[in-house]
Amino acid sequence: MSQIADRIISDPGLENGVAGLTTEKIQKVVNRMLEGETGAKLKAYRETCMRCGLCSQACHFYVSHDNDPSYSPVNKATETMYELMDKKGKVEPQRIYEMAQMAYTECNLCKRCAHYCPVGIDTGYIMSMVRRICYLLDVVPQYIRDTAHSHASTMNQMWVKDDEWIDSLQWQEDEARDEFPGLRIPLDKEGADVYYSVIAPEPKFRTQLIYQAAAIMNAAGIDWTMPSEPGWDNSDMCMFVGDFENMGRLKRAHYESAQKLRVKRIVMGECGHAFRSVYDMGNRWLGHKKMPVPVIHAVEFYHELMTQGKLKITHKYEKPVTIQDPCNIIRGKGLMDKLRDVVHFLCEEVVEMTPNREHNYCCCAGGGVINCGPPFKNTRMTGNRIKADQLRATGVKDVVIPCHNCHGGLEDIIGYYDLGMHGKFIGDIIYELMEKPEM
Amino acid sequence: MTEIYTFVSGPLAWVAFGIFIIGSIYRLVSMYALAKAKDGSSLAYMSLPFGLRSILNWMIPFNTMGWKGDPLMTVATFVFHIGFLVVAVFLGAHVVLWDTNFGISIPSLPDVAGDIVSFAVIAACAIFAYRRIALPHVKGVTRGKDWFALIIVALPFITGVLAYHQVGPVLLMTILHVLAAELLLALIPFTRLSHALFVLFTRAYMGSEFGGVRNARDW
Repeated sequence: MSQIADRIISDPGLENGVAGLTTEKIQKVVNRMLEGETGAKLKAYRETCMRCGLCSQACHFYVSHDNDPSYSPVNKATETMYELMDKKGKVEPQRIYEMAQMAYTECNLCKRCAHYCPVGIDTGYIMSMVRRICYLLDVVPQYIRDTAHSHASTMNQMWVKDDEWIDSLQWQEDEARDEFPGLRIPLDKEGADVYYSVIAPEPKFRTQLIYQAAAIMNAAGIDWTMPSEPGWDNSDMCMFVGDFENMGRLKRAHYESAQKLRVKRIVMGECGHAFRSVYDMGNRWLGHKKMPVPVIHAVEFYHELMTQGKLKITHKYEKPVTIQDPCNIIRGKGLMDKLRDVVHFLCEEVVEMTPNREHNYCCCAGGGVINCGPPFKNTRMTGNRIKADQLRATGVKDVVIPCHNCHGGLEDIIGYYDLGMHGKFIGDIIYELMEKPEM
Repeated sequence: MTEIYTFVSGPLAWVAFGIFIIGSIYRLVSMYALAKAKDGSSLAYMSLPFGLRSILNWMIPFNTMGWKGDPLMTVATFVFHIGFLVVAVFLGAHVVLWDTNFGISIPSLPDVAGDIVSFAVIAACAIFAYRRIALPHVKGVTRGKDWFALIIVALPFITGVLAYHQVGPVLLMTILHVLAAELLLALIPFTRLSHALFVLFTRAYMGSEFGGVRNARDW
């Protein structure tokens, strides 16, 4: 069995954070957090967990490291939260470093372990609470911390300035009008049926996705709009950092910008973590049991377009594809059937991975792990050998990946294990297959 | 010796039952109060049908991913828990106890069957112990508390079997058996065995989340 202490990775955010800690300070923060923020749920989990180890087999980190017990969910919980609770926070600063590295980079919060725990322990929740403590202690990997700072300062993940955002949209509109004359990206259209929101990496470096979305919206004749003001970014690294105050600010801004425009509903782009933030965590932090504005994920939207006959394609995608099930929309919302309907509608042949649907293996990028940046890239690569095996076994070259995190994660895995495959968003495929005006 | 027997099977039994019942109520009530104060965003999603759906699915052996993945553990878990309840309630000697102390008469298990089930429960405990010693992913997370819980749960069965088969002085063995059972009862609310009280709720919450919010299976 390896130990977290033996695989410490140098990271300025963790190092500088730990340098400012004393055992007394740790104790104070841990106890304040445990007393003030957590309650019966965490307490019951700690008591009810029988340390039976059944969850181990669920975790891609555990399986990919030849069943190294150090990576098993129960061990991660035992070595972090359970230890903090048992010792009432009386641990050395270096121990916080180890706990932070474990919680931020060796757990994707994918909740696959939920399918293996007989007593219903939510290890994902436990690790989120560990991250919360580490955040309050200011021990956070630098890259994701920086991203959370960007959220806090600019209300978007990528330091996109307000004018740059509008510029990007108008630039895409302009480009797209060459191909689709008359295409619009309507900004701030009050009362539109659809408010389309994206994650900030889209305008920043995947701008073609906005182009494609505009093409699809226009072809389908959707009454849609995009907001010109902050709130347009639905992503949320603050959630993964443990900065719940800013998570709340972000979600409030997102919902309120939609409410200000009196739109009927929000349609989100192909992202999983943002969906988790809007649908599962941020909304609850704000006290919404149901969404203040109805929110649907791109997969649901495409499904609607398909069933209503608004999604028209000239032919089917000919090469066989496989489907990545992103945890946040599959285990998080149950979109596995709709995802399959859409992919089968678009593609000739689908080769399924095993296991799939809600029992899918995580991409190892989600949960903010990919956002912890280059220092931890190998953690993701060695931690998800199982995904590479799974992908390789399909024998196909194209992977449909309706999530930005999964996309980044799988592209990395594909490169590292030399699988010769390529990831595609559903939007990529629809755009490729849709009818385009003769040029 | 007889006085000791009268004491442990009389007043001490009442004390043990008292601690068990009052302790359990206290733990459940205080946990619920804490949940109401702190876990509103979770309590709001509790759902009876989805909670029951989850509980039922996990009560079927080999029905879930967890149970499929570790057959030995699955068999041991089901044998242990079913055997525990069957012996505790329906063993011939216990049925007499219910009748004489509480005036409740219920059918009793044939002696041979009770004996076999008791051995099966001890075997299941042995499997739990084996896992804690031999399997790295269980050994690494095993603490003193886990061993303590396993020992106090196995003791009544071991002493019971010894008493029934008259290994060693019968009266002494019987006294030890009663004492072990009383210790177990009294400690359920305050040790790792408290999962007996909380498991329905943690399971039901996971079921409610997955059924009502996530629209996915939690098994």
